Amino acid sequence: MRVYQFTEQPYPDAWKDHEGSLRVNLPNRKCDPLVAADLFHRYYDEWLLADELGYDIMLNEHHQTATCMSSTVVVGLSVLARQTKRARLLVLGYPIGHRQDPLRVAEELSTIDVISRGRLDMGFIKGVPYEFPSSNQNPVGVMDRFWEAHDFIIKAMTSHDQPFNWESEHFHYRHVNIWPRPWQQPHPPVWSTTGSKSNARVLGEHGYVMATLGTGYNTRVLYDAYREGYMSMGRPAPAADRFAYLGLVAVALNEQEARERGERVASYLRSAAIVYPPFRNPPGFLSVEDNARLMRGETPPRSYTKDRRVIDMRSASVPELIDAAILFCGTPAQVYDQIVDFCEYCGGMGNLLMMGHAGSMSHADTVENLTLFAMEVMPRLKEYKQPLATATAA
Amino acid sequence: MTAGPISSIAVNNIRVEFIERGSGKPLLFLHPGIGIEPTSLVLDRLAARARVLAPHHPGFGRSEQPKSFDTVDDLAYFYLDLLEQLDLCEVIVVGVSFGGWIAAEIAIKCAARISHLVLANAVGIKVGDRETRDIVDIHAIPESEFVQLAYVDPEVGTHDYKTMPDAQVLAAARNREATARYAWSPYMHDPKLRNRLHRIHVPTLVLWGAGDRILSERYGRAYCAAIPAARFELIERAGHFPHLEQPEMFAHRIFAFVEGTSQ
Repeated sequence: MRVYQFTEQPYPDAWKDHEGSLRVNLPNRKCDPLVAADLFHRYYDEWLLADELGYDIMLNEHHQTATCMSSTVVVGLSVLARQTKRARLLVLGYPIGHRQDPLRVAEELSTIDVISRGRLDMGFIKGVPYEFPSSNQNPVGVMDRFWEAHDFIIKAMTSHDQPFNWESEHFHYRHVNIWPRPWQQPHPPVWSTTGSKSNARVLGEHGYVMATLGTGYNTRVLYDAYREGYMSMGRPAPAADRFAYLGLVAVALNEQEARERGERVASYLRSAAIVYPPFRNPPGFLSVEDNARLMRGETPPRSYTKDRRVIDMRSASVPELIDAAILFCGTPAQVYDQIVDFCEYCGGMGNLLMMGHAGSMSHADTVENLTLFAMEVMPRLKEYKQPLATATAA
Repeated sequence: MTAGPISSIAVNNIRVEFIERGSGKPLLFLHPGIGIEPTSLVLDRLAARARVLAPHHPGFGRSEQPKSFDTVDDLAYFYLDLLEQLDLCEVIVVGVSFGGWIAAEIAIKCAARISHLVLANAVGIKVGDRETRDIVDIHAIPESEFVQLAYVDPEVGTHDYKTMPDAQVLAAARNREATARYAWSPYMHDPKLRNRLHRIHVPTLVLWGAGDRILSERYGRAYCAAIPAARFELIERAGHFPHLEQPEMFAHRIFAFVEGTSQ
C-alpha cells in the first residue's frame, strides 16, 4: 500500500469569525498575508518531513475559501517538485472542467512531471459545488467540458511529431505542441474521484485510479461498479492499486490521546460544509431527479458504519467516524487493524490518502501524528498483502 | 375557465409541449425561467381575445433538451422555425423575463411574421457598468429571498414541493437547470443584444411590473429606449412576473396596445 499525506492547507483563524460561510463569500480581509505565509511554509515543511518519512504527497485546490488556501495547486506542486526527493506528488484534484485553458493545464503538469523527474500523479476532478461562483463556469454540462478537457490534455501530452488541431465544442486550438513533454510515458497516471456508481464504471473503463472520500462502508458498491467497467474492456480484475480512499488518521501511543487527536483531525469534516446555502447546490450540479428529491426535502444518506448504521459525517462523534471508516484512529495497532479491515471489506484498496493534519492542529501535533504513523503503521501496511483481485461483487 | 389541452409539436426533430387556447389573432406567449402552468389565469385572459400558443421552451417543463442548445440564440431560431412551420402570420409575441429575452432575440433576427412585440420585465441586455450587476443573481440567494424580491405578494410565488405532484416538481427542477444552461454566463444577458435592438421596427410594448426587485425600472426604460418604436408602461401591484400577479391588467394592457397600434 502507498500512503499519501494530505492537508487542505487551511487558514484556521477564520473559524473564529465566519458568519456562517467559510467559502465563496468570506471577505479576504480576514486573511492576514503574514499568517498565511507562515502557514504555507509550515505545510510545505510538513510535506518535506513526509517525504523523508516515506510518504507520498497529495495536494488539492479550492477557491475563495479559508478551508483550503491552495487556490492554485500548481504553485504547491512546483515548490514540492523541486524540494522533495522521492515522494510521488498527487494532485487530487485539478478541476479541469472549470479551467478556461486546458492547454495551460497540459503545460503546467508536464513541466511539474519533468522537474520532479516523473513523480506526478494527475487527478482530474469535477470540483465541489462551491467552485462555480468563483470560476463562473456553467455547472450545467460541466462533465462534458471535463471530458473534453481531459481528452485534450491527454492528446497534448501524447502527441510528439507535429502540432495538432483541436476545434470542438468547448475548446479551440490550431497548433498544439507542448514543451516540455511529460517525463512519464505515455503520460503521468490519471486519477479521479467519484461518489456515483455510473461515474465509477466510466473510470473503470478508462482504467484510471479511482478515489472516494467519506464513503466509509458504502465504498464497496463504488469499487464494484469500477471493477465492472474495468473488466468490460476485456481486462482481468483490477489490482488494488487502482483504488484510493481518503481517510482521516489520528494515531497516538495510547487510545485516550488518539481520541483527542481524532477530534482535532475531524474538525475538517465539521467545517468543510460551512458555506452560505445557495452556493451548496448550483443548478445542474446534481441530476434533475436528485434535485427534485432535494426539493421535497429528501436527502439520501451517504455514510454508513460496517453494521449499516447511517451517520452524518459533518456531525458524527469520533467513535461513529471510526465505525464508519471515515476516521482511522487509535494506537498504531488499532489503526493498522482498522485500515486492513477496511481494505478487506473493499476487496483491496492500494492507496491510502491520509489526512494527517486538519483544522487548527499545531505543527508539533501534526509531526507527532505523521512520525508515529510512519514508524509504527506504514511498515506493516507496506508488508500487508491485499486480497486477491476479485471478479465479482461482494 | 377551461384548462385547454397540452399538445406537443416537433420542430426540426425537437419535441416541445405547448398549451393552445382561444381563437383569433395568434399570440405566442414565451414563459419566464420558472415556466408556465396550464392553470395560469393569464392564459385564459389572453385566450379570451386571441389564439394563445404557450410552448415550454426546449429543456423546460417536459420539452426535449437538444444537446446542441445552450444559448438564447438557439431558442430564438427554434421559435422562428416554429412560426414558419405553423405558418403563423401577424403574431403578437409576448415574453416575460427570460421569455422576454427570447422574444427580443427573435425580433432582431426576423420580424416578418410578427405584428407586435411585448417585453414584460425582460432580461437580456447589459445596462450598468462592469461592476454593477443589473440582474439579481438568483443562483446566489435562497428561494425564500427570491420570492421576496420577485413578487409584490410573495405568497403568489411560494410553493410547497412536498405536496406538489411529482411531475410538477421534476418540471420545476428542469426549469431551474435549463435557465442556468442558457443564462449562466454572461449572466442573463447577451452583450451584443442592446446594440441590435435598433433592428426592431414592429410596435413594441415594454411592460413593467413596478414592484420588481430582481430588475429595476431603470433597466426596463433602458431596454425601451434602445428600441425605436417602443412604449413603456408600468403595471402597479406587480413584481417581476406581472402576468401572475396582475393577469387581468397584463392582458388588458397588451390588447389595448395592440388595438392602439394596429394599422
